[in-house]
Amino acid sequence: MQRIGVFVCWCGSNIAATVDVQAVSDALAREPGVVFAANYQYMCSQAGQDMIRDKIHELGLTGVVICSCSPRMHEATFRKTCEKAGLNPYMVEIANIREQVSWVHKDKAVGTEKAIVLGRAAIAKVQLNTPLIAGETPVTKRALVIGGGIAGIQTALDIADAGFPVDIVEQKPTIGGKMAQLDKTFPTLDCAACILTPKMVEAGQHENIRILSYSEVEEVHGFVGNFDVKIRRKARFVDETKCTGCGLCTEKCPMRKVPNEFNMGLDNRSAIYIPFAQAVPKVATIDPRYCMMLNSGKCGVCSKVCEAGAINYKQKDEILEEKYGAIVAATGFNPISLDKFDEFAYSRSPDVVTSLEFERLMNAAGPTGGTLLRPSDHEHPHTIVFVQCVGSRCDASAEKGKEYCSKICCMYTAKHAMLTREKYPDTEVYVFYIDVRTPGKGFDEFYRRAVEQYDVHYIKGMVGKVVPEGKKLRVQASDLLDDRQLVIDADLVVLAAAIEPDKSARPLATKLTASMDTNDFFTEAHPKLRPVESPTAGVFLSGACQGPKDIPDTVAQAGAAASKVIGLLVKDKLIGNPCVAKPDELMCNGCSSCEKVCPYGAITYEDKPFRGPNRTTVYRRVACVNPAVCQGCGACTVACPSGAMDLQGFSNRQIMAEVDAICR
Amino acid sequence: MQVNEAFTPTIVAFCCNWCSYAGADLSGNNRLSYPANVKIIRIPCSCRLNPMFVLRAFQRGADGVILCGCHPGDCHYSTGNYYARRRMTLLFSMLDYLGIERERTRVEWVSAAEGAKFAQTMNEFVETVTALGENRRLEDFRCKVR
Amino acid sequence: MNKKDLAAEIIRISGGSPEKCMRCGKCTGACPAFDDMEVHPHQFATMIREGRVEELAAKKGLYNCMSCFACSERCPRSVEPARLIEAVRVYALRQSGGNHLAADDVPGLLDEALPQQAITSALRKYAK
Repeated sequence: MQRIGVFVCWCGSNIAATVDVQAVSDALAREPGVVFAANYQYMCSQAGQDMIRDKIHELGLTGVVICSCSPRMHEATFRKTCEKAGLNPYMVEIANIREQVSWVHKDKAVGTEKAIVLGRAAIAKVQLNTPLIAGETPVTKRALVIGGGIAGIQTALDIADAGFPVDIVEQKPTIGGKMAQLDKTFPTLDCAACILTPKMVEAGQHENIRILSYSEVEEVHGFVGNFDVKIRRKARFVDETKCTGCGLCTEKCPMRKVPNEFNMGLDNRSAIYIPFAQAVPKVATIDPRYCMMLNSGKCGVCSKVCEAGAINYKQKDEILEEKYGAIVAATGFNPISLDKFDEFAYSRSPDVVTSLEFERLMNAAGPTGGTLLRPSDHEHPHTIVFVQCVGSRCDASAEKGKEYCSKICCMYTAKHAMLTREKYPDTEVYVFYIDVRTPGKGFDEFYRRAVEQYDVHYIKGMVGKVVPEGKKLRVQASDLLDDRQLVIDADLVVLAAAIEPDKSARPLATKLTASMDTNDFFTEAHPKLRPVESPTAGVFLSGACQGPKDIPDTVAQAGAAASKVIGLLVKDKLIGNPCVAKPDELMCNGCSSCEKVCPYGAITYEDKPFRGPNRTTVYRRVACVNPAVCQGCGACTVACPSGAMDLQGFSNRQIMAEVDAICR
Repeated sequence: MQVNEAFTPTIVAFCCNWCSYAGADLSGNNRLSYPANVKIIRIPCSCRLNPMFVLRAFQRGADGVILCGCHPGDCHYSTGNYYARRRMTLLFSMLDYLGIERERTRVEWVSAAEGAKFAQTMNEFVETVTALGENRRLEDFRCKVR
Repeated sequence: MNKKDLAAEIIRISGGSPEKCMRCGKCTGACPAFDDMEVHPHQFATMIREGRVEELAAKKGLYNCMSCFACSERCPRSVEPARLIEAVRVYALRQSGGNHLAADDVPGLLDEALPQQAITSALRKYAK
């Protein structure tokens, strides 16, 4: 039996004016287990807290009930008081007789009666309270950033600058991501390389950053503060420590017919390659699909010309095992495939390009050296049609495209149109739009400049079909504001393809037990209040893997994710919330119902030994809750068919006791 | 049992800690009154509500049970209120099957900013349950100490 | 029938979803019979939602839709303008001939005045 002390607060006149506090303490003094009941003017004052402390010492109280304001107000205060007095802080219960009684019920008799009932319920609960001790787990002071685009680079730099070591895992041979492929950036039109490459170099040279390029995350185990990660370092057949990045091998390689993915396949590269001049790390990589030496054993030119002796045709994939305290997903995006949009003739004409391809056509380091030329005949296009929302904002039942708005297309199309008109004033530029969406600092002004200063023809309507006819592309479209149909003979058609999360995101989410939405974007812990955290503790989100984002938003989110990571890594140990789920292993039958409803992946299964008949040992599969990961929502407790799972601090018996006390 | 006394139902309200309990606090802060026979039990999330608790309340003589949680999409634990919604839907059909008036149980989404909605919901609910009268079907009279 | 019921009736007959239309105009951009119709595919979606079915049914150009289904095929929102247009035609025909035609009466009623396209469209739509 507990020895319970009841303390009724007047809250000045806030409670005492409409509740007979003396009657409440008198009535509660008669409850079973109550050894002391009193009322006082301000329980939360120093004198009030001292009274609680003294009574705990004097009477050896094992439980405390405080009838006062909402627990959301002072639960923490009273828990601390009791902890200081040597009582477990989870032996305190609050009966809310201010917000729920004195402030809402004017009749003193009615209020007093309700206050007594709420006090009884709290006493009934305390009877079943057990001392809870918050678990502590150490923190590995090291972060892993998955993805080396601008999001990953920025997050890594911010964490590294705070003094914590960071590893960047990038699946491509170099960091830089999509931003490295861009020409200019809206709305200021500064060149992407000029602002990105210094950051890449900084990341490459930072003493706290290690770049694991051409690598992939293989396995993730553990939990917040203690992740064990296996990273596959794919064989690049070049010794990274020896390669100087001189590029001689890439010039001499006889296999030159490999589509260059950095230029969106608009030109070719060699089988041994460095993706682009400013690559970090600037190390050559052999593409095993095309290398003649690896495929037929005949060639070896690169090995012969390499003065550093870095080429190693026998290199194998390596598995690296590392420990991290926090993981940041920054896997980024890709434009969708346009296979299902035949009406735009993307697969039939090389002169129908996506916006990212157009970006390369405009880029000084691109396949055309920055001169805008048609991919088919390398002639200068005089009429260019831009089509917006290709594959964005589609209905789910249309079974092509994405339901969401890709967010960045309106702005980059305005940028493309503007840059084209600036460089080539003899070009007619048409933009077909459904809506022009320009929320952002300086964004609408930018779009208006395209219309007003650069005379870009913005037409509200959509292209119905594109037909290649001779050297031209016949574009048939609607102009809804004029209610007419247009036919434009264009030289180049640019499609603003929708963007989707990178294909690596889904398998990564499975490894991280991080949740995803139906579009494969990572889900945030709270859409408004915790936008850079995954519901899985210790996993953070940066950039377009969480949703379509432009560069300013991505960098802002990357910094936010970094600050969350730093906030975690700066701690020496994590103190958990002890009100977490706990299974009764004797009752658990290992059915997995609880695991399926857990939004945090806190539940795993283990085969544990139990005593069987005739002194045998029986192994049974039972649920195990990781208290560092469990957030204490209680979803599993209800899902459990055998009633084995319970929530500490809000146990089935405690809640039932409250129900009984109220209905008595 | 006293027959002459005007009937005041016993109502148990389960409120999730993050939205509805805060909403109830807000109705207190704004002094928006609702009947005193509503007694609130704090639970961490609406998904903590085991439908057994509802049955227990009815068995022990409650006349109405209401569950309040965060609005769909706003759950502190992201998906808890969706579980609660499904479980309560099942419970409702079971209570229907048992012949318990549908109006005795209710689920309402109350955010931390909806103090007025909380008070209004409780007023309505008490009115509805008062009109239904005492819960006799599920009450276990062996549990009663009179 | 009031306008609201009329809109619901046309949506029911057609199986299309005019409420999903985001007025992108891709249907009208794709329409090969644009010049021969006074009202264009994207307008059907809005006008039907507003219940302006009588107005649509009175248009001559209604029968110039070739039911090529280009609009439905290209529509990113599954509005199915072709089905909407067809439903308005069906409605117009029923209005003029009453809605209680027995199958046996059909051969006798076939004449030059009945637009062939309407029959072909109906077959194309309901044959699958």
